[in-house]
Amino acid sequence: MAYVNPQQILTVEDLTVSFDGFRAVDGLNLYIAPNECRVIIGPNGAGKTTVLDLICGRTRASGGTVLFKGRDLLKMREDQIVHAGVGRKFQTPSVYEDLTVLENLEISYPRGHSVWGALAFRRDGEVMDRIAEIARTIFLADALDEKAAFLSHGQKQWLEIGMLLIQDPELLMLDEPVAGMSVAERVKTAELLNRIVSDRSVIVIEHDMKFVADIATRVTVLHQGKLLAEGSMAHVQADPKVIDVYLGH
Amino acid sequence: MSLLSPSTEGRTGAFLNRTELAGTVVLALFIFVVLPLVLDPFRLNMFGKYLTYAFVAVGLVLCWGAGGILSLGQGVFFGLGGYALAMFLKLEASTPEATKIQSTPGIPDFMDWNQITQLPLWWQPFHSLGFSLVAVVAVPVFFAFVIGTAMFRRRVGGVYFSIITQAIAAILTILIIGQQGYTGGVNGITDLRTLKGWDIRPDGAKEVLYFVNAALLFVCLAIAQLIRRSKLGRLLIAMRDQEDRVRFSGYDVASLKIFIFCVGAAFAAIGGAMFTLQVGFMSPTFVGIVPSIEMVIFCAVGGRNSLIGAVWGTLLVNWAKTAFSETFPELWQFGLGALFIAVVLVFPNGLAGIWTTHVAPVLARLLARGESKSTTPAE
Amino acid sequence: MFADYSWGDLMSIFAMQGFAGLILFSVYVLMALGLAIIFGQMGVINMAHGEFMILGAYVTYLTSKLFAAFLPGLFGLYFFVAMILAFIASGGLGMAVEWLLIRHLYKRPLDTLLATWGVSLILQQLYRTVFGAREVGVEIPQWMMGSLTLTDTIEIPINGLFVMVLAIGISVAIYVLMYRSGWGLQVRAVVANRAMADAVGINTARTDRLTFGVGCGVAGVAGAAFTMIGSTGPTAGQLYIVDTFLVVVFGGAGNLLGTIVSAFSISQGQSILEFFLSGSTAKVLTLLTVVIIVMVRPQGLFALKLRK
Repeated sequence: MAYVNPQQILTVEDLTVSFDGFRAVDGLNLYIAPNECRVIIGPNGAGKTTVLDLICGRTRASGGTVLFKGRDLLKMREDQIVHAGVGRKFQTPSVYEDLTVLENLEISYPRGHSVWGALAFRRDGEVMDRIAEIARTIFLADALDEKAAFLSHGQKQWLEIGMLLIQDPELLMLDEPVAGMSVAERVKTAELLNRIVSDRSVIVIEHDMKFVADIATRVTVLHQGKLLAEGSMAHVQADPKVIDVYLGH
Repeated sequence: MSLLSPSTEGRTGAFLNRTELAGTVVLALFIFVVLPLVLDPFRLNMFGKYLTYAFVAVGLVLCWGAGGILSLGQGVFFGLGGYALAMFLKLEASTPEATKIQSTPGIPDFMDWNQITQLPLWWQPFHSLGFSLVAVVAVPVFFAFVIGTAMFRRRVGGVYFSIITQAIAAILTILIIGQQGYTGGVNGITDLRTLKGWDIRPDGAKEVLYFVNAALLFVCLAIAQLIRRSKLGRLLIAMRDQEDRVRFSGYDVASLKIFIFCVGAAFAAIGGAMFTLQVGFMSPTFVGIVPSIEMVIFCAVGGRNSLIGAVWGTLLVNWAKTAFSETFPELWQFGLGALFIAVVLVFPNGLAGIWTTHVAPVLARLLARGESKSTTPAE
Repeated sequence: MFADYSWGDLMSIFAMQGFAGLILFSVYVLMALGLAIIFGQMGVINMAHGEFMILGAYVTYLTSKLFAAFLPGLFGLYFFVAMILAFIASGGLGMAVEWLLIRHLYKRPLDTLLATWGVSLILQQLYRTVFGAREVGVEIPQWMMGSLTLTDTIEIPINGLFVMVLAIGISVAIYVLMYRSGWGLQVRAVVANRAMADAVGINTARTDRLTFGVGCGVAGVAGAAFTMIGSTGPTAGQLYIVDTFLVVVFGGAGNLLGTIVSAFSISQGQSILEFFLSGSTAKVLTLLTVVIIVMVRPQGLFALKLRK
């Protein structure tokens, strides 16, 4: 297979997708190192969410390569990509409202994924211990039997993060994890993210610059589907091209 | 909807919670004791016929109620199951002696009427009861698997799936009616007599078949409950609400959908076979668009999320249909139409919903009052 | 299956069957346009669409009777009056159904499907009660009788030709309405972004009701055309509902051009096959082909590729 660079867990090269001639992502290169927390920023319509969609298989790429630990993600099905170790959180909180917090986490527990596996799945001590541990991490230990529909918006965001954590992915992709959260919740979430990024790579899409500065190792700026700038927060903020795009013409 | 999902059962590992257990016992008493005691053989056979539709309704609870997959072609599976057994019974009834007035004795009468002089090859295996019984389930499940694979793998869902399944029901009906030399055409396969020499027509036999049918229905209910209680059952609900989240939690959503669609088809097929046995014929009337969508309404009236409700709904709608269409056939059509509207607009959780939101709390309050009076008069 | 025929025979057969198919095409297109507007623009499956068509057919039947009784001199023109009345009747009923029922169900497509099936059952029984279970036929005006003789073997009936011209005319009118009028712009705005359309002052509730009304009205006109080529009965509409659904899905939901192309290919396929095979086999083959194609290409013949 392709050359595997141990310095990179994810290698995205020349990634392109077009919708009826419109290039939402255009020749993008992106290299993520192990244990890195990369934040992608950019104006609306820059193609941020589409990049995540392409990596996790939700949208089919028109061209380019996406290698995750040397495996070609573009040739894999969504569930196979998940099993390979890539987790994805959606922009709007996607939790199962009709199920309890416990059941939400249980479904995400990485066992019994086939039809027969799901039929035979039992809640043993190991599963319950892990669920309890994750619930503590996401501040929902007291809400295990609560229906997800009754959680606050912020709690739903945490629950979805928890559903990803329980799978222990090596690459975690979060689409606007603090959108719609109160200030207190943002602080808690930043703390949560700082704790969980320590032993995995994370890609975050975010608009809140203070939050970005809190968590980012490196920042990538997208504009019109193309890479505009990349580097540390300070470096990116000083880049005249970035200032131009953000402040308008 | 949410009130009835299995998740409210909490963390207990019990197969049935208290309400479900009580409901199951009441239903079992009604079907196994009350109906046989109060109904004459003719009416009992009629209720037996209704119960064969309940198999379809129970399958729909899994597919539609839990999984959000609305098939408008369950009649296809009901029919295929029914036809598979009808073919066996027809061959048994078409001995050379019994059909000696035909120009070709020994083949089914409708073939003879259509100038067919030799039993078609694909009819041959249906001489064997074993093969036929396997075919009752295997053929519909195979069809469901092919349809499900083709559609779910390509992410066809929602109303598209409903329309395509409806079209398939229409196609199969046209095919059966058009190929009357091989299928008995619009009349279906009629004049079935014996099962391995046992006459299925007398009242005594029909009574036996009623109980066999009822027992099989409870077996299917148990299987359905097993699925609902498993993680698969919760996955179905999760899929209905957030299909993408399930997919990106590492599940192959299509295979889960295909599985549950096949289970629904298998249930429907068993119902169809029991229909053939109890009613003594099978015809395209039970395959097409109209019966298929009516089976959905049986399920909806009972409550699309309640297995037991689906059985009650089936019995109630069919009983009402018979009662009304005997006396006011016009009124029934209006009533059925209104039922379709009411069941989505006014009581989307059907009888089961009415029970849990209106009847059960009142009962609980009455019981509680009675208890507090007798046990703690001091308060 | 072609071996028994000479070239000339085959050409005539194709021409005649092709023309017969064009009449089927006309009914499909008129039915499917209404369905496609409602489904494509509002995401609602109208299972009662066939009954809205039959309402138009009954209105046409009544108009012909009224003209015969009171205006026999103008009988030749009754059809044009009937068409307008059919549009108004079906459209009005459609708007009433939308107001009473559909607007409560916009977020629940599967439920709409069941509810409109209920509407169809009620309408069928209503027709049976009012007009009787027997099928009725209209008297075709003198000028539509007869046929044009093209060659010795090819004849084209005038009423069929008329229905076809009508179908094409209405398709064009719908296209203009949807893509060239202010109202069409509103409808498309609501489709694209309901909340935004609301915010910029489009009355989305009224737009929905009108859209549904227009869709049903077109079905009514289809019913008027239908009387030229078939007889009207309470359940005649149901026969067309599966076919027209397939036409809509096959064409790519909400795409008017796709709807027309798919109506054309399905009707032609069926009509030409019908000559060589039995009617039911032709129908089975056509529908099966369409179902298989839709399974392979669920987005239909024409569809925009969009980020979802």
